[in-house]
Amino acid sequence: MAGFILKRLFQAVFVVLAVTLIVSFAVRLSGDPAIMLTGGAGGVTEQDLQNIRKALGLERSFFAQYFSFLQGILVGDFGRSFMGGTPVAKLIGQALPATLLLAFASLLTSIAISVPLGVYAAVKRGRWPDQLIRILSLVGLSFPNFWLAIMMVLFFSITLGLLPPSGMEGPQSFVMPALTMAIILTATNVRLVRTSMLETLSQQYIMVARSKGLKDWVVLYKHALRNSAIPLVTYIGLQFGGLIGSIVIVERVFNWPGMGTLAFDAISARDYPVLQGSITVLALFIVFINIAVDIAYGLVDPRIRTE
Amino acid sequence: MSEHTAKIGSANEPLLSVRSLSVEFRTDQGAFRAVKDVSFDVQPGKTLAVVGESGSGKSVTSLAIMRLTDYTGGRIAGGEVLFRPKGGEAIDLVKASDDTLRGIRGKDIAMIFQEPMTSLNPVFTIGNQIGETLALHEGLNTRDSRLRAKELLQKVRLPDADKLLDRYPHQLSGGMRQRVMIAMALACNPKLLIADEPTTALDVTIQAQILNIIRDLQQEMGTAVIFITHDMGVVAEMADDVVVMWKGDKVEQAPVREIFAAPKHPYTRALLSAVPRLGSLKGQPLPKRSPVMVMDGGEPRQVGETHVQNTANYTKPILQVDKLTTRFDVGKTFFGRVTHRVHAVEEVSFDIYPGETLALVGESGSGKSTIGRTLQQLIEPTGGTVRFDGRDMNAMSHGERRRLRQQIQYIFQDPFASLDPRHTVGYSIAEPIVVHGLIKDRKAIDKRVQELLEQVGLQPQHAKRYPHEFSGGQRQRVCIARALASDPKLIIADESVSALDVSIQAQIVNLLMELQERRGLSYLFITHDMAVVEKISHRVAVMYLGQIVEIGTRQAVFENPQHSYTRKLLSAVPIADPQRERAKTRIEGEIPSPVRPVGKEPAIHRMHEVEPGHWVALEADTMRGAA
Repeated sequence: MAGFILKRLFQAVFVVLAVTLIVSFAVRLSGDPAIMLTGGAGGVTEQDLQNIRKALGLERSFFAQYFSFLQGILVGDFGRSFMGGTPVAKLIGQALPATLLLAFASLLTSIAISVPLGVYAAVKRGRWPDQLIRILSLVGLSFPNFWLAIMMVLFFSITLGLLPPSGMEGPQSFVMPALTMAIILTATNVRLVRTSMLETLSQQYIMVARSKGLKDWVVLYKHALRNSAIPLVTYIGLQFGGLIGSIVIVERVFNWPGMGTLAFDAISARDYPVLQGSITVLALFIVFINIAVDIAYGLVDPRIRTE
Repeated sequence: MSEHTAKIGSANEPLLSVRSLSVEFRTDQGAFRAVKDVSFDVQPGKTLAVVGESGSGKSVTSLAIMRLTDYTGGRIAGGEVLFRPKGGEAIDLVKASDDTLRGIRGKDIAMIFQEPMTSLNPVFTIGNQIGETLALHEGLNTRDSRLRAKELLQKVRLPDADKLLDRYPHQLSGGMRQRVMIAMALACNPKLLIADEPTTALDVTIQAQILNIIRDLQQEMGTAVIFITHDMGVVAEMADDVVVMWKGDKVEQAPVREIFAAPKHPYTRALLSAVPRLGSLKGQPLPKRSPVMVMDGGEPRQVGETHVQNTANYTKPILQVDKLTTRFDVGKTFFGRVTHRVHAVEEVSFDIYPGETLALVGESGSGKSTIGRTLQQLIEPTGGTVRFDGRDMNAMSHGERRRLRQQIQYIFQDPFASLDPRHTVGYSIAEPIVVHGLIKDRKAIDKRVQELLEQVGLQPQHAKRYPHEFSGGQRQRVCIARALASDPKLIIADESVSALDVSIQAQIVNLLMELQERRGLSYLFITHDMAVVEKISHRVAVMYLGQIVEIGTRQAVFENPQHSYTRKLLSAVPIADPQRERAKTRIEGEIPSPVRPVGKEPAIHRMHEVEPGHWVALEADTMRGAA
């Protein structure tokens, strides 16, 4: 197990190198920050633009810029924002907790909904509760998340006036963004739990557990669920990448002060350091989650742990 | 066993009475009745065997007793299951509430299942799984249930019980897992134990041990047993009474001696006639085909003839295997260095002659299947030479190796898994002809496929059907037809009849022998089943841990076994004769693993010739090799 984790960490270094390289390159295709900074005002000469580029360090070759970026990462310095000169690390430090809180809140909500529903659908396989859950899951899958977010704002904030429409102030502001994300996740997770449970329930050891006289919920939630969790853990790990992607949109709608908003604003402003920094941190985070998933396997399945 | 019955209840009051039980399953074609109107009694402390072939409804019956069919989509359509746990008052389990049933399951009635590899939950420790039953029914706390679980593991003769409690199922062999299952089933001293084919998936020497344990504990605890099996040998060794099931009906019930001595129902007679009996060819030098009784509608019909299989031609071998070695790397360090190897086959040598059947027998891990796969070029050997028709396989060109694949064909164990479900059987049979370019013309190929189907006892029009439209036995016939399609000289049959019901098995064995005579085929017959080996083979090689420990003519090996392992293997086979003395030599011990650390090579046995053509490994060498 320790060797395995070492191997994964070793791989992670290359993943991060590749990600930073691609990000630095792609960011520079988005346009000239100097023009952006001057805001297209009249009377700006080519010489002025040159000076701005020089001040930002953009006149150097791509690789020189890339290496100073890498060097910075090693000591936790992501440079300064082109807009206002705030250190990027500080911006990320403010935005990352908001995003992580939202991501985990959505994920936990989704698990809390999808596990009991999926188990129930598997038990009632082919009968009306199963059909209903499958239809609801399909409906959930069919909603675009931004639309869902807007509908929620309309209903809960504008019509009912129950929840704040935007920002992050207090626990009630979590409800709508987390729910939007959770509904999308739940739609797929329910199906996954159902399929995985059906597979497990057909196993011999489930019949053995029943023949011992155990109550149904013990058979389902102790004996079956733990075995069904193995594919589930894999999928949730993979889902995290997608989750971060859709968070950008949901954060926009709810004006959530997270990484998505930070990256979005940086793209519009061609703020290379902020963009590079925030995407690198998100990539690191996804790599880290995947390693955590590998460790989780061992916790769930002793066949992996004891190898 | 009868002297133990007096202990519990009165002898004339059955512990369990099944009355007109019917079980239905809902299918797309309407309700399917798997068990029809079945009745039987189980007396306290006695063993009732329920025998039948696939589709007889015996397993469904065993599940229906505790109403576990509720969880498999089944419905009890009628009848009663009267259970008297304390004598006197009977509970009808069919009508009992879920709570009552849960109180009985695992406490008064316990069950052991067929597949020990999948019967234990892989994510919980052994101690947890046994303790769960004790906590549930006996209300024991963690400490007490652990102590009790340890005692139970010792009772089923598992060494190191203390350590085992914290192990997970995957760390145990199949035999050990089945013992854990027995320990778990007996945890609360049940009055009735239902054992559904508990030894079918195990090696014979392990099977013998498990049967002994069940018998001993039954005597000690006075438990009644319902033993579900298809193996008449096991029936003869275990049962007091026998219920024979056929297509969902009970066709006969009688005490075990009566069933064997004077079977009344035609199906019982057919079943018994098909059972291969160890020792049936005693004194005869050559294998022999004998007629098989099959059920034709409701009537038994005799097929086949008695015919001595004098087909082998001992002038020049078709296949010469010399010091064949096959190893696999397992276990790697962080830097990819190999730490352990499976020594699957170690310096094995043998010859096969035209028209001869050589049986390769052994238990799991003996390397017998690896030899077959190596000869079929599915695995690269680590060392040694293989000569086919005098030509060294190592020296062959790519094209010659291809032609060799045409000359050597393979029949696998599972006829369902070895046919492509999306192609017609005609397509599958034609494939080797097309691949090897034997016949070019489409029409001629179709004609050849039809001939082949007829040769294996199927109809020419079957070519257009798909595998799922055939029964298991028919599918194996299709696989044989496919093997014959490329006109091979040698066929490797790897446990090819092991998964079939006995009546089907007997017919397939006869078919293989008939084809051998007609085409002069040689067979390498790989199996663990000694009784089938006796029927089909000219010579026998016994394998143990990757090496041959004894090789000779069938008569020599069966009638004059020299190596202790051969003797152990032969004595472990259950004999379908209830008159025979049941107390037999105790077999102990697990089959050792062929996995060894790198650098720790197994010693090669020295062989000596005890009589012409009968070679035996030196006992001292094998002992050392197993250590």
